[in-house]
Amino acid sequence: MTRLAVPKTYKLYIGGKFPRSESGRVYEIVSAKGAFLANAAQASRKDARDAVVAARAAVSGWSGQTSYNRGQVLYRIAELLEGRRAQFIAEIVDAEGVTTAVATTQVDTAIDRWVWYAGWADKYAQVAGNGNPVAGPYFNISVPEPTGVVAIIAPQDSSLLGLVSAVAPALVAGNTVVVVASEKLPLSAISLSEVLATSDVPGGVVNILTGSPAEIAPWLASHADVNALDLVGAGDLEWIDLQISAADTLKRVLQPENGPDAAAPSLGRITAFTETKTVWHTKGLI
Amino acid sequence: MTGTQIVQREQALSVIGGEATDANLRRFLHGIPGVDAVGLEQRAAGLGTRSIKTTSKKWALDRIIELIDLTTLEGADTRGKVRSLVAKALTPDPSDLSTPRVAAVCVYGDMVPHAVEALGSAHGDPDAGGISVAAVATAFPSGRSSRSIKLEDTSDAVSAGADEIDMVIDRGAFLMGRYGDVYDEIVAVKEACRRTDGTYAHLKVILETGELNTYDNVRRASWLAILAGGDFIKTSTGKVAPAATLPVTLSMLEVVRDWHKLTGQKIGVKPAGGIRTSKDAIKYLVTVAETVGEEWLTPHLFRFGASSLLNDVLLQRQKMTTGHYSGPDYVTID
Repeated sequence: MTRLAVPKTYKLYIGGKFPRSESGRVYEIVSAKGAFLANAAQASRKDARDAVVAARAAVSGWSGQTSYNRGQVLYRIAELLEGRRAQFIAEIVDAEGVTTAVATTQVDTAIDRWVWYAGWADKYAQVAGNGNPVAGPYFNISVPEPTGVVAIIAPQDSSLLGLVSAVAPALVAGNTVVVVASEKLPLSAISLSEVLATSDVPGGVVNILTGSPAEIAPWLASHADVNALDLVGAGDLEWIDLQISAADTLKRVLQPENGPDAAAPSLGRITAFTETKTVWHTKGLI
Repeated sequence: MTGTQIVQREQALSVIGGEATDANLRRFLHGIPGVDAVGLEQRAAGLGTRSIKTTSKKWALDRIIELIDLTTLEGADTRGKVRSLVAKALTPDPSDLSTPRVAAVCVYGDMVPHAVEALGSAHGDPDAGGISVAAVATAFPSGRSSRSIKLEDTSDAVSAGADEIDMVIDRGAFLMGRYGDVYDEIVAVKEACRRTDGTYAHLKVILETGELNTYDNVRRASWLAILAGGDFIKTSTGKVAPAATLPVTLSMLEVVRDWHKLTGQKIGVKPAGGIRTSKDAIKYLVTVAETVGEEWLTPHLFRFGASSLLNDVLLQRQKMTTGHYSGPDYVTID
């Protein structure tokens, strides 16, 4: 006897919860060969707004943790990803139509990258910060601090690796993230949200929207409560317009990147979403 | 007592059916039909699902601002805090001067002189474009002190220039069934609202519905407050959870509607506490319009007691004027 198929309808990940899209819309995710895989929620601008509210509320808690603790939490995500390796590989094989070997490489690279960024959490400040020489009996210290809420358009041609490469560096410094997943390949992003929900990451630190980046991105770019915009996966959108509307509220913007090396691991992606704070402190003159 | 007040008193006594004694009040209040709690909550939930389209929403947001009693009732209040509250009441959104002003500022009695001073020439009737000063009195929020202290508290605030007095009822006495005491106290406080020129400060009677436990009690307390001469009935102090809820406000509005049918007098309603978003506030506007009619949506008949609500309304308003979402960095912290 054949089993009755159980088609899944996934939801969004906002504020540590899994709500349906406010609009009630869903769209079909199809495999590389065109077969039905599952339904995903199609986020509307109001979902994006809710996600920004959740992300804003999470900033103080996440950035207030010690950097060591943040590193531990991020490393724990890599552990959970490792535990779900088989599921991610199967999903990528289905969605991208690649061989198991290629999918395995993608998942392994993504997990390694997550570990690499987790390691930076309590180290990047030593590299990006500085004790400045000044002519006077003062310490003058520059330290990087998180900018706040980062909106990310994830790479559209990669299931997991692109998403991880964009999200992980933004989290390292203590920013919170609203990410629009790949429209055609959202399955890994949805599974990642399930990983995040069962990890130690506080709700609202990562918010994952599935749907049309072309529809949602303009609202995030012009949103006054978003501090930075990572357009890494926005190459096919009218991204010049997005940059212009982001400039209205002085957001930091990263430009689109294409190809398999998009969002390659670098310290620059971490410091891109930081502000430098410089403090003066008197030296003891005893 | 003025002529109209004597008429009102006589009307109230005829409704009660005798003097306002415990026994007469008990007979009257317990003779009121009980509240269908399930039906009430369903009706309130139904009123909350209306879809409000853009132009109506624009109107609603401005009207909500005009109906707000901008409130600060903290132990840590200072002159400076009151001054900044007044500044916000006068110019809610400095980036958009077309934003209307709020109806009143609501402060503790000892802060009234500072509020009056900060308002200066803007102090006045909200109908005439001014901002009123409301003061909480009668040992707010608990109401646990002797009658003479409560009356002193009230007249003190009135002589300092308060236009409106928010009094709390004695919930303990109400729950014990000593309705006569509650009635007499409201009457006495009303008398303490008298200014030297013979006019009266508006009296808002806080029922503190969170402590009354049942909708039946809320309905009885509403009747009692109106019979005793309250100009407004107000849900809560904001210090007790649950504060204002839509079903409670709806049941109070129904009493106001019935009283209007009976006597032609219009009593105001003020939900206070717990209304933080524009979406919630719009539900209240819908409920008022559907229960007692749109003519109630004026500062003299309906108010929101709120502090954080204003910021959310301003954010929504900015979204409607600029076309993109705004953030808390663009409104004042308070």
